[in-house]
Amino acid sequence: MTDTSPSQLFRSMLRIRRIEEALAERYTEQEMRCPMHLCIGQEAIAVGVCASLKREDLVYSNHRAHGHYLAKGGNLNAMIAELYGRASGCCGGRGGSMHMIDMDVGFMGATPIVGGTVPLAVGTAWACALKDTGQVTVVFFGDGCFEEGVVHESLNFAALHRLPILFVCENNNFSVYTRREERQPDRPIHLLAGAHGITAYSGNGNDVQEVLNASRRAVESIRSGHGPQFLEFHTYRWREHCGPNFDDQLGYRSKQEIEAGMNDCPIANYVEKINFKNTSITQQEAEIRAEITAAFEFALSSQTPTIKDAEGKVYA
Amino acid sequence: MPEAPSHEITFAQAVREGFEQAMEQDQNVIVIGEGVPDPKAIFTTTSGLREKFGHRRVFDMPLSENGLTGVCIGAALQGIRPVLVHQRIDFALLSMDQLVNNAAKWHYMFDGKASVPLVVRMIVGRGWGQGPQHSQSLQSMFAQVPGMKVVMPTTGYDAKGMLIAAIKDDNPVLIIEHRWLHQIKDVVPLGPYDAPLHKAKVLHEGSDVTVAAFSYMTVEALVAAKALLSTMGVSIEVIDMRSVRPLDTETVLSSVKKTGRLIVADTAFRTGSIAGEVIAQIVEKGFNALKAKPVRIASPDFPAPTSQYMSEHYYPDARTIAEAVIDLVEGPRSTGGYAQLKIDIHPRGRHDTPNQEFTGPF
Ligand SMILES: Cc1ncc(C[n+]2csc(CCOP(=O)(O)OP(=O)(O)O)c2C)c(N)n1
Repeated sequence: MTDTSPSQLFRSMLRIRRIEEALAERYTEQEMRCPMHLCIGQEAIAVGVCASLKREDLVYSNHRAHGHYLAKGGNLNAMIAELYGRASGCCGGRGGSMHMIDMDVGFMGATPIVGGTVPLAVGTAWACALKDTGQVTVVFFGDGCFEEGVVHESLNFAALHRLPILFVCENNNFSVYTRREERQPDRPIHLLAGAHGITAYSGNGNDVQEVLNASRRAVESIRSGHGPQFLEFHTYRWREHCGPNFDDQLGYRSKQEIEAGMNDCPIANYVEKINFKNTSITQQEAEIRAEITAAFEFALSSQTPTIKDAEGKVYA
Repeated sequence: MPEAPSHEITFAQAVREGFEQAMEQDQNVIVIGEGVPDPKAIFTTTSGLREKFGHRRVFDMPLSENGLTGVCIGAALQGIRPVLVHQRIDFALLSMDQLVNNAAKWHYMFDGKASVPLVVRMIVGRGWGQGPQHSQSLQSMFAQVPGMKVVMPTTGYDAKGMLIAAIKDDNPVLIIEHRWLHQIKDVVPLGPYDAPLHKAKVLHEGSDVTVAAFSYMTVEALVAAKALLSTMGVSIEVIDMRSVRPLDTETVLSSVKKTGRLIVADTAFRTGSIAGEVIAQIVEKGFNALKAKPVRIASPDFPAPTSQYMSEHYYPDARTIAEAVIDLVEGPRSTGGYAQLKIDIHPRGRHDTPNQEFTGPF
């Protein structure tokens, strides 16, 4: 059974936050030589959704995948090693940050072509339905991704066949530096999914309990054979679109907006809500730190791959 | 020919200048693409355009590459001259259906009654961990289809002149830019001008070996050419192919008639590359001029890995070209000249950032 206790939800969010902060810090050394999209500020969605799943359920993601990978239980050592381009990385160094995979825990893959994994998730759900495995497939994507034609083709097919899939749209209102108002007319994303014949819900993506409750309802409905569900969660990306820094100097979003976004911190909100004890927080911080230190040590002491490794596996 | 007043600017600045002048010349020119008006402005190539020409002519687009390519084709059929920009050529694969089935064929399949004056810029995103889905060099896929013109400017001069010419052209023109060219300077005329969309150009004269190069590989070939000449006295002719479709093999052929030896250096995957097509045509047309077997230099037949440890040995460079040249002329490798050559063409700095040794102008 997945542990959905408050302390576990808290820990899972904190862990993602601290891991990404550690990445941001070490990134400036320029040894993780791959583009990196941090999800700091958006942790509650990954954690809340994945907490509603079983280990054998399947997850796909996109360029901003660290949180989804970790929340589903992806191996931390293999993730950090991948960012350092090491042979022990989850893709043997072939992929870097934008390509996460850990099939042992049902994390099926993340790739950076926006929209690319959405139909794959539908296909995976289709296979699960055909084989009657009882597994639910989840795909995470952004508000920008929702503009891709392939997403709508996928929604249509999933609805038509009542497939066991949960679509999760993380609406942070930005596609790179472009606001949603410049890309889409003024209408809620989830209603379009609803118009495809898919039960859709929209909620606060910075409230982990709300995310978990909505996801649980959706997953239960999917498991009982009612077909696909769509969840749109509103959230905010704190750091730059790509890279470890803050990008306030670019001027595409106002200081007040960033401040408001950061004040609505999913982790701080939750600590306040569940009235967590300081001692318990300190202990979890320490455990997470130790785990992160060990993961960096693992990665940095791992073997570097060679061009011979790169040549192989073009064909199965 | 009197020299037009010119200045020394980067490839990226040359593109920007080309846009500005084309848009001044023709009200129908519009620029659209993901990130066109954002703070980074497609590696600065579109910066300031929205401020100058307004949001009706310069705009961002939703993440809908195929749909919006079709929308641009429809607008082009109605007299607009859209320039669509893809930050990565990999994203242009989502435009492929509209480009191949509509843009490339409209003029032909409707008996010349209409045409599609569309320009699409696509950027090859090599380097720094871009990996399998963000660094492909797909020119041969696009160039396989009749009805589209496909160009790959190397110099700032061509970047500006080809953009202006492409916008005026009544056909769909794809401009494929390698982003390692963006920072290289060149001497560029101040005013608007056209650079031909169908002609290769000799950038370095030589008599021993012809190196026909595409896009960024031209830079690597020029590095090799200078070093080979000064250290070993081997002289290679470097041809910047500039256009992928149509393919100007006449310029290559006349060079091969002089040198008798041919190397084609392409940025794409080896199998099915345009390099293979150049060689096929030269063998067909000038078999007797060849003194040795032609050589293809291209990316290996597997995707570009992200890890720095693997990408370091993935891309061919000036060293690959120079070694192939020495093989072809059966040059010695035991001399001081060869030792010096190896020093001269050894890249400095990290392998996954652009070659700082080559500064231009061309
Ligand atoms: C097909 C395609 N087009 C464009 C891009 C460039 N790109 C990478 S991330 C991104 C923004 C995506 O926005 P969204 O889906 O909202 O996700 P977010 O980055 O906000 O998490 C874009 C345009 C891409 N990777 N793939």
